[in-house]
Amino acid sequence: MNGRIAYIASNTFREAVRDRVLYNLIAFALLMSGAAILVGQISIGIERLVVINLGLTAVSLFGIVIAIFIGIGLVSKEIDKRTLYTVLSRPVQRWEFIVGKFFGLAGTLVVNAFFMALGVFAALFYVSRHFQGSDGWVLVALYFIILQFLIITALALLFSSFSSPLLSAVFAFALFVIGTFAEDLRGFAGLTKGIVRWLATGAAYLVPNFSALNVISSVAHEQPVARQLILSNTAYALVYAGVALCGAVLIFERRNLK
Amino acid sequence: MKPSRRITIVASSLLVVCLTASVLLLRAIDRERTGATLEEVLYISSPTLLKRMSLGYDGLLADVYWTRAVQYFGDKLTRGSGHFDLLAPLLEITTTLDPHLLVAYEYGANFLAPKIPGGAGEPQRAIKLVEFGIRNNPNLWRLYYDLGFIYYFDLEDYDKAEKAFADGAKLPNTHQIMPLMAAKMAEHAGNIDTARLMWVTTYQTTRDPNVKSNAVAHLNALQVDEDVTILEQLVSKYREHTGRLPQSFSDLEAANLLRGIPTDPLGHTYKLMPDGHVEVRVPDDLPFLEKGTPIGYIPPRIPKLPPVN
Repeated sequence: MNGRIAYIASNTFREAVRDRVLYNLIAFALLMSGAAILVGQISIGIERLVVINLGLTAVSLFGIVIAIFIGIGLVSKEIDKRTLYTVLSRPVQRWEFIVGKFFGLAGTLVVNAFFMALGVFAALFYVSRHFQGSDGWVLVALYFIILQFLIITALALLFSSFSSPLLSAVFAFALFVIGTFAEDLRGFAGLTKGIVRWLATGAAYLVPNFSALNVISSVAHEQPVARQLILSNTAYALVYAGVALCGAVLIFERRNLK
Repeated sequence: MKPSRRITIVASSLLVVCLTASVLLLRAIDRERTGATLEEVLYISSPTLLKRMSLGYDGLLADVYWTRAVQYFGDKLTRGSGHFDLLAPLLEITTTLDPHLLVAYEYGANFLAPKIPGGAGEPQRAIKLVEFGIRNNPNLWRLYYDLGFIYYFDLEDYDKAEKAFADGAKLPNTHQIMPLMAAKMAEHAGNIDTARLMWVTTYQTTRDPNVKSNAVAHLNALQVDEDVTILEQLVSKYREHTGRLPQSFSDLEAANLLRGIPTDPLGHTYKLMPDGHVEVRVPDDLPFLEKGTPIGYIPPRIPKLPPVN
């Protein structure tokens, strides 16, 4: 990473960390992890399961909300405050600005996920009174959640590079929802014929596949995650985030900022 | 006092008063609308649709529905309601959302299969539930055990019980009890020793304290049923020999038919009634009894299970 990108990334990180909404969301996610203990007590035999399911779901959903709501404002805020012009008047390329913003927010989300994960593990320890080998798979699920954040951050940046914050949020969230149905979409495409099939298959491969990145339920049941899946998901998330980021750069490079 | 401070005090006081009033009013409304919040409604009854709507977080939704099933069953049991209409759909939704949630099969079948009032009296739905569990978790001997258990106790279909145990016995990681259970079903189905073996196995193969407690209660009940049968046989024998009913167990002891005063599994002495019947002293502490209860005895709605230690 060149120095300018690192500088923009660190500034984005500092700016995001100062955002009070961020702390509220983290506090709420930690509260939900704590609530998992209570839910476990009014049910039968699922104390550990509910801590993992509720804890990781909270980390995932709140992280996605943070990624979307901070991600959509990264470019528009700079334009509204006119700070973008100051930045771009220096020897900073537009693409460096976008990439720097991406790494800054991604870093923020990783740090957030780390603190929220501490809450999940604390709740898990409280319920089980010990850690076991299979808890390592919870870390894999967390890693996949971070991969989801990378994709959604890149998408939020892509939309914010050409659209208003409100529309960017709608687009990013809609794509997240559609992405959870990616495998179903491919299944539907398989049922069609001719040109419709080509179009449907194309659409199915174009949307991000979030379902493969969600292994919360299986790790809650102490089921291992295949090493090949970890490698493939890592490569997929990086490639897809790269695609969205390239799209954002291409649009932002041509955007008239006057 | 500054106007701003006065406003703060008034607003704070009003806030507390209104909040307290709203809680009190809500409690009054709840009293008027008993059971309204537990209306028998499933807004979305399709498990598949719910799975889609969960956006991949189906594990969490399954936990929510399982908790709802537990609360529903517990509430109905406490109220003594004979209707458990939503129980099976709730369990079907739970297991469709998370087909590996074993606790939902094991407990769910135990909620569904037993006769009312102890359960929902729906053994066929319980079998459907466990069979769904087996399809999704084909290598778990415990589910075959549960299936055989329902066929044996709730449907008294010993052939199908034998098949369930035999199928479970073929699994690579099966429990040593499974082939034994299959053999028992073939030879001694309906025998009290077979029933005892099943409850002992249940006790030994679970880590759940509630299941253990339930197994102990059933084992106690089997013991009482057996004791009462034997004691009443001894009373008949005494009557044949002497031409009259014994006044107490001491008469049986004096006639060399009994050694000492018999006690139930909780340590209380049995009662010999004037008509020759034998009863337990505290029937509420011994749920699931077939014999030994006073005439006209109505068991508590929720069985009193013994503590496990």
